[in-house]
Amino acid sequence: MSYPSSFGAPAVPPLAAAGDPDLSVFGGDPLWLILLKAVAVFAFLLLMTLFAIVFERKVVARMQQRVGPNRHGPKGWLQSLADGVKLMLKEDIIPVLADRPVFILAPVVSAIPAFLAFSVIPFGPEVSIFGHHTALQLADLPVAVLFVLSASSLGVYGLILSGWASGSTYPLLGSLRSAAQIISYEVAMGLSFVAVFLNSGTLSTSGIVAGQRHWWNVVLVPSFIIYCIAMVGETNRTPFDLPEAEGELVGGFHTEYSSIKFAFFFLAEYINTVTVSAVATTLFLGGWQPPPIPYFSHFDTGWFPVIWFVLKLLAFLFLFIWLRGTLPRLRYDQFMAFGWKVLIPVGLVWLLAVATFKVYRENVTDRTPWLIGFGIAVGILLIITLVDPGARKHAERLEAAERERTRNAPSLDRIPWPPPQPSSKSPSPPYGPGPNRPSSVIVAGGPRQES
Amino acid sequence: MTTHAAETSSASSASSTSNTFARPPADDVPADVPAGVPAAAYEAGFTESASGRVYTVTGGDWEQVLGAGEDYTERLTVNMGPQHPSTHGVLRLVLEIEGETVVQTRVVIGYLHTGIEKSCEFRTWTQAVTFLTRADYLSPLYNETAYCLAVEKLLGVTEEIPERATVIRVLVMELQRIASHLVWLATGAMEIGATTGMIFGFREREKILDLLEAITGLRMNHAYIRPGGLAQDLPDGVERDIRAFLDDMPKRIREYHALLSGQPIWKGRMVDVNYIDAASCIALGVTGPVLRAAGLAWDLRKTMPYCGYETYDFDVPTSLDADSYARYLVRLEEMGESLKIIEQCLARLRPGPVMIADKKIAWPAQLSIGTDGMGNSLDHIRKIMGTSMEALIHHFKLVTEGFRVPAGQVYTAVESPRGELGYHVVSDGGTRPHRVHVRDPSFVNLQAVPAMTEGGQIADVIVGVASVDPVLGGVDR
Amino acid sequence: MLSNYVPILVLLVIAAAFAIGSVIMGSLVGPKRYNRAKLDAYECGIEPSPEPAGPHRFPVKFYLTAMLFIVFDIEIIFLYPWAVAFGSLGIFGLVEMVLFIATVFVAYAYVWRRGGLEWD
Repeated sequence: MSYPSSFGAPAVPPLAAAGDPDLSVFGGDPLWLILLKAVAVFAFLLLMTLFAIVFERKVVARMQQRVGPNRHGPKGWLQSLADGVKLMLKEDIIPVLADRPVFILAPVVSAIPAFLAFSVIPFGPEVSIFGHHTALQLADLPVAVLFVLSASSLGVYGLILSGWASGSTYPLLGSLRSAAQIISYEVAMGLSFVAVFLNSGTLSTSGIVAGQRHWWNVVLVPSFIIYCIAMVGETNRTPFDLPEAEGELVGGFHTEYSSIKFAFFFLAEYINTVTVSAVATTLFLGGWQPPPIPYFSHFDTGWFPVIWFVLKLLAFLFLFIWLRGTLPRLRYDQFMAFGWKVLIPVGLVWLLAVATFKVYRENVTDRTPWLIGFGIAVGILLIITLVDPGARKHAERLEAAERERTRNAPSLDRIPWPPPQPSSKSPSPPYGPGPNRPSSVIVAGGPRQES
Repeated sequence: MTTHAAETSSASSASSTSNTFARPPADDVPADVPAGVPAAAYEAGFTESASGRVYTVTGGDWEQVLGAGEDYTERLTVNMGPQHPSTHGVLRLVLEIEGETVVQTRVVIGYLHTGIEKSCEFRTWTQAVTFLTRADYLSPLYNETAYCLAVEKLLGVTEEIPERATVIRVLVMELQRIASHLVWLATGAMEIGATTGMIFGFREREKILDLLEAITGLRMNHAYIRPGGLAQDLPDGVERDIRAFLDDMPKRIREYHALLSGQPIWKGRMVDVNYIDAASCIALGVTGPVLRAAGLAWDLRKTMPYCGYETYDFDVPTSLDADSYARYLVRLEEMGESLKIIEQCLARLRPGPVMIADKKIAWPAQLSIGTDGMGNSLDHIRKIMGTSMEALIHHFKLVTEGFRVPAGQVYTAVESPRGELGYHVVSDGGTRPHRVHVRDPSFVNLQAVPAMTEGGQIADVIVGVASVDPVLGGVDR
Repeated sequence: MLSNYVPILVLLVIAAAFAIGSVIMGSLVGPKRYNRAKLDAYECGIEPSPEPAGPHRFPVKFYLTAMLFIVFDIEIIFLYPWAVAFGSLGIFGLVEMVLFIATVFVAYAYVWRRGGLEWD
């Protein structure tokens, strides 16, 4: 099958047959190289977490006209490391009501899948490491994107188990919320991928990146937007941080956690943030491909692409931080309604549109009648929008409601004051002008009174 | 030593104030605690000891809260507070929820009870200010003003308060109204996750606190307004600082609008949430921005003026929406109106005394700030000591014993940032108040919380409590 | 093909060793000064509820979400191979998938109408 170029790009050489992507580069690495790459991915994620936490705090601080962390290490960049060490040395508390094994297991369960999802993310093209030709990617699978999705869903177990095992109300509510939230946005996220697969004809991440040599998938704008929203929902971050909404649920699922176990939830959250950013980079922003600027496009071999990849990743991280600096938290029902009633239908309709467009491009030779039909449909919609038959009636209704509201507005004349008491004698002596008004002030040393 | 059982305010359920909380003190037998129950140490009750009866109060009132024998298959009881990030201090909310929907809200108060009202009965009329300023700690100057107006009314010296003192009172009160609304904005924004809104609010409040510190010597709990006038005059140069603030603040208010007002999520969280109409507000005694956001232009500064507010030109912002968003807008507008009043105050400032001329009331006679921030000026003490023994004795008597206030009772009310702040002051003719009762707007307005929040979601409870803006120091006093 | 999974397994081992090792180490190096209040569940400063929130307290609403999720997730899983093979399926593939999506959409509309997507 040849790469179907939907957007007028010049045809590219055959990539791989559908369902059987060319993954021959992978799986042939010697063990030492696998170990090296695995440790590198692991270290990258840990470093990114340490970096992202300080980065976030510094950027949010700048947005809020604060300074941010600036004490530990050069300009405060070791703050998160210091926090990690401190958390390690903190007292480890397991509440008596907690289900001990599950309580201990939950942070581990939430952290491990977070690491795994990153194994199929391509950092760059093939390079030579100690004379060995290999791809800058730990592994690739024919179902790589599916693997990412499954790894990120596994993380939900950690959250649910932690809330359930804590034996306390707030974590339970938080974990329920987070479970419902993550699975709801997983649907939208999965839908947004389909258009990418339609475009690239493969589920393998390296194949998807290779397919974006000429056009980044970001041109599938609705898919990209749906994914961007879903990734924020999937990682429980502002404005979708309802599971740990400190305003309502104190800390949500990790309320009862302390010490290094708490640190692991934090670690998992940040690794997930990095992972979804990496997935966004890979699927929509061309992965390690250099930006399509004439001078830069030559830097697409060797180790250079890693720079592009990291830069794009940082751009997404910045987006996350920007959102946090700007937006308040959604309410739970609004959040779920947004996922189920907006993202999913829009995703489905967009998907059908992309599929139809592809079929139309490839199978329809005489395009004139189609174009005329399309034009007529758009024209009718445009006319309806311009004329807007219901608009006047609607405006009138609104005005009438507003008039009604203003007429019924409360006023000082209509306060339901309590009826006057039919009492004979006046209440406590009034101190207005009158016989009881004290003529002079009794000061210290005046007539003595018992008090 | 005795402790009083926490006061339970149950606005929606009459049944929740039943037996298990603390045993009635009339019961003379010690608490019958069954032996071998490990939780006995946590049970509420009392024991007799040599120094009298010792009450044990705990929050362990779950049996009472959960009800007996009722089937709660879907219902979860969530205890929100007193140690909760979003309950404005130590408010406690007991919520019955089904899923995310709140079916019942109970407001429990009393965790910040400091005995301020009672303490006033053991201090002179002037010293009581120092207590009362700590009641509603976000609007201390309103407490001071309302109390001082009451004392002055009892003394019958309302007309003799110097003009400059009254203008400065209005000035500092309006500054504090902005500061209080800013804290409300900051905490409210924080509670729904808008961290930048939080920083914005506290940033400007800091400037106001600086101004108030320059004027009164303290950032909060100023004890600046005294019966008869003010503790001290404005320091040099503060008018210039206030003018700089007046120039800056409108820009900041526009910034809040730009950041929050049009934001879809912010509006989604607040529009049509926690609705309570004007009739319900009046039925519950709710005043302040909550009432004005329901459409009734009830502002004591206009309807029952004091401190010469009738001579200032300002508007009372209202809205007909009666929801949290309307309260937010009303408060932002009120900040603008306060700026207008402050500007007029500055224009009216004329040199003159800030303390009543009557030396029998005026205390401290002439105070200026020493190097430690507060205190009598050495010059003044030297003058008293050096000129007249009688003056010294008078000063000593005034400070230690205080002045006497004719017997009677008055109620004065001012429009605090949260609503009608009333002081019912009773004098028996002595040098100490017989009773000082505070009608605190936070306390009364809290009654509206169940009405606002039941049927909504947990997240709306947070917004609802924030939109009422309770200050627990004032609620519990 | 399975050799592709070896590196993932290696990463899994590294991550698991790190996580479990840290948790064990954390419980060893931290101080241990427990008291009753510390070990109680967090209940906003109140004596914790005598009946801890348990699985019987999960509202039905959340089960419903889980079921809806299964329906839609399976739909999406069906979409993936279709999307990959779409180039060779042509109009036939499109029509088939429109029919499939329409069927699921009917269920979706039904759930929406019956209030399954409301959260209060």
